[in-house]
Amino acid sequence: MLQALEGSQAIAQAVALCRPQVIAAYPITPQTHIVENISKLVADGKLQCEFISVESEFSAASVVLGAALAGSRTYTATASQGILLMAEVLFNIAGMRVPIVMTCANRAVSSPLSIWNDQQDSMAVRDAGWIQLYCADNQEAVDTTIQAYRIAERTELPVMVCMDGFTLTHTLEGIDIPTQKQADTFLPPYEFSRTLNPRDPLSLGTLVTPDYYTEARHSHHQALLNAQAEIVSADQDWFAISGRKCGGLLSVEGPEQAKTAILTIGSVLGTLREALEEFPPGQPVKLIKLRSFRPFPAETLKAACKELDDVIVLERALSPGSGGIIGLEVLAALSELPKPPRVHNFAAGLGGRDIPLEILPTLLSTLNEPSDKRFKIIDVELEKLPEEDR
Amino acid sequence: MTTETAIPISKLRKKQPRFRGLESGHRACLGCGEALAARLVTESAGPDVMVANATGCLEIFTTPWPESAWRIPWVHSLFENAGAVAAGMEAALKAQGKSTKVLAFGGDGGTFDIGFQALSGMLERGHNVLYVCFDNEAYMNTGIQRSSSTPHAAMTTTSPPGKERMGKRHLKKDIVSIVAAHHIPYAATASIAYPSDIRKKVRRAMAIEGPTFLQIHCPCPLGWGHEGDHSITVARLAVQTGLYPIIELERGGLANVMPLRNIRPMTEYLKMQQRFRHLFTDDLRAKEELEHLQAIADHNIEIYGLRSDGGKDAFDSEGMDTVRRGGMRWA
Amino acid sequence: MIEIRIHGRGGQGNVVAAYLLAMAAFEENRYGQAFPNFGAERRGAPVMAFVRIADSPIQRRNQVRHPAFLIIQDQALLQVPGVTDGLLPGGKILVNSRQSSAELSEQLGKEAVALQATALAKKILGRPVPNTALLAAFFTLTNMLSQDSLALVLNKRFKGEVLEKNLQLIQQAAGLVPAGLWKEA
Repeated sequence: MLQALEGSQAIAQAVALCRPQVIAAYPITPQTHIVENISKLVADGKLQCEFISVESEFSAASVVLGAALAGSRTYTATASQGILLMAEVLFNIAGMRVPIVMTCANRAVSSPLSIWNDQQDSMAVRDAGWIQLYCADNQEAVDTTIQAYRIAERTELPVMVCMDGFTLTHTLEGIDIPTQKQADTFLPPYEFSRTLNPRDPLSLGTLVTPDYYTEARHSHHQALLNAQAEIVSADQDWFAISGRKCGGLLSVEGPEQAKTAILTIGSVLGTLREALEEFPPGQPVKLIKLRSFRPFPAETLKAACKELDDVIVLERALSPGSGGIIGLEVLAALSELPKPPRVHNFAAGLGGRDIPLEILPTLLSTLNEPSDKRFKIIDVELEKLPEEDR
Repeated sequence: MTTETAIPISKLRKKQPRFRGLESGHRACLGCGEALAARLVTESAGPDVMVANATGCLEIFTTPWPESAWRIPWVHSLFENAGAVAAGMEAALKAQGKSTKVLAFGGDGGTFDIGFQALSGMLERGHNVLYVCFDNEAYMNTGIQRSSSTPHAAMTTTSPPGKERMGKRHLKKDIVSIVAAHHIPYAATASIAYPSDIRKKVRRAMAIEGPTFLQIHCPCPLGWGHEGDHSITVARLAVQTGLYPIIELERGGLANVMPLRNIRPMTEYLKMQQRFRHLFTDDLRAKEELEHLQAIADHNIEIYGLRSDGGKDAFDSEGMDTVRRGGMRWA
Repeated sequence: MIEIRIHGRGGQGNVVAAYLLAMAAFEENRYGQAFPNFGAERRGAPVMAFVRIADSPIQRRNQVRHPAFLIIQDQALLQVPGVTDGLLPGGKILVNSRQSSAELSEQLGKEAVALQATALAKKILGRPVPNTALLAAFFTLTNMLSQDSLALVLNKRFKGEVLEKNLQLIQQAAGLVPAGLWKEA
């Protein structure tokens, strides 16, 4: 049943449905409402778990690491500076192949200080070895959170559920919260193959020499690639139970014959959907929603783009000195096609800048421009900058 | 007829009365104080434990993959998060209704410096964890760099003596007092020179529900510059000179100290170690620093009331036990 | 789809007002979306929140630039540049004000209705929180959603004495503005 809920409140309820035993978090805008809502569920006795208010994000990640190894399902959430402070632990969790689920309430990274949304934070840790799933709306964030636990525990890889800060976390909208029965049917109790046990002692996190490090990395890389099947099957199985799907690795919508597609990640998708109605383009346009950024679904993307002439990649982060992050990966994957589409790469909505419906005609107007530049921040207001910085 | 013993070695090993959490065959240096301390701690703690170990010598020399010297569940995550990882393990065990005790191990770098915040958080939140700091007074794993635990005037590779310097310029951080200021039930110092004292303190900490802290002085022959077979002697002199007071603090207050019957001149301790050799030159500054170090030792003896009363107290037996002392610690 | 922008000051229950409005839409089987535009979250700082109400799911997530209605929780905010920007032609403004509706409309050059929401809230709630009184007036003016729905969502958000007093407050506030005046908007 559809309920009017704030995104953060819905996430807290989704997390509770997964029956975590240990939750550790440190407050940071815009993640705060999630952990506040969880604290309330714990205080009201609606969620039985150890809720640990730690002294930093670094410890939040470390606490859930320790707890997961000791045999408990865990949860944490953070954003922005918190992700960066956690960075070392994030690599460590992934390298140890520990199934942890974390929400990233995507937010810009300082400096300059911004509390508002973009996706620079999770993009900064894209190489940490976590699965990263991006949500287009709060319903997806709820469903993905539940799916994330099954994916993590089956693959022994940590999963970061990325949802746009404020744009999703602080938005009240209609959300269907699954029943406990649905969640329990989908998600078995926590099991971890290397749970610490005094009766059968294991040493975890040991030193490896060059004789083995390469093999450990290879196996981690393979595990992430193999996780694609698990991400798809989790979405399918959850669909069978809930009647909702989130689009597996990526999903495509729009007219079959379209030769142009806009690829997005996160919550801007809905705005583009309505923009297509409000500003009907001259040519048919498809929308591609990239849900799984890690693992990067190159094969699925190639299949989705093989008939296209143009792919416009719109992202909410950049790699200064290089350009787009997702755009470059899309370009690399599609270059393997016999007839690769042109890739146009733009960033927009950095540090909370509103992305209006009018972005659609702006994006489409670039198709005929000479593509002498691979990447542009499309909503930059150059007149605000001194001449030499433009 | 075979000449072999009728009982296989593996069975003999099982007959050993003592539980070993840290097995022999690890790769510590000759005379490593930390290895000895870790063995004593895990022996006394028993098998129903699990360990979160900070990055450091102890982690490196015990677990060169695919080998491990540990016979208890053991996890190494990072340098600065042993306190937090242990807290997570404890929370999970609590949620599962299990009574296994969680230990956290760190060196002085991982405890005094980089892991200090995670340690403080763990203590403040009251996790049922025994944190053991193996204090060898510098970053030995990376090649002897100064830490906030390095004693005043000691030479390390980042506090070398020279024309402008006489070794480390700053004082050793009083970590046990800082830890005790978290109002935890029990915090203590110990030394590998007094193994029965370590055992007793570990057993005591294990029996306490809540955060406890044990700081063990562990000579590092390589880092301190002494022979490997002198580790115990050096450790004992650190105590007997008053430079490393052995104390117990309960809920932040001084409870017991190990009394010194025969206080030794501080130079006896310093002279055994290359890290203090620049203090035994004609340099005027060397004389000053020696006086400074003597003042530190005298101060310890004073505020902790380390001087023995000459045997009137039956328990006042150095190295065998501690005695209850009020002291003037906070004065 | 109807778009509404609420202007207020930190501490006036701006976001709560937006959430209540969207929640009431769901009570009547319509779709709602509400989100804040946070600045620094200090008390007294000018803040904005956005509401959309529609008969089908709302997918766009951009800020409301061309609202059909403005709800202004503090009259002084009308002096802040940009507050009335983008109001659709024929758009209406509900203001928490001691002035008369006629005076306000003349000043703003736009159709405005005034409600002494702070005074009313002080009298009934004992606290100067104008948000629920303004919502009740808004529901009466537009007939977009019913007072019953507002009461229902207040029940979900508040309890005890706060709820009772708010229910009293909305009942009184609803009677202070002409019913259905903005119905065609």
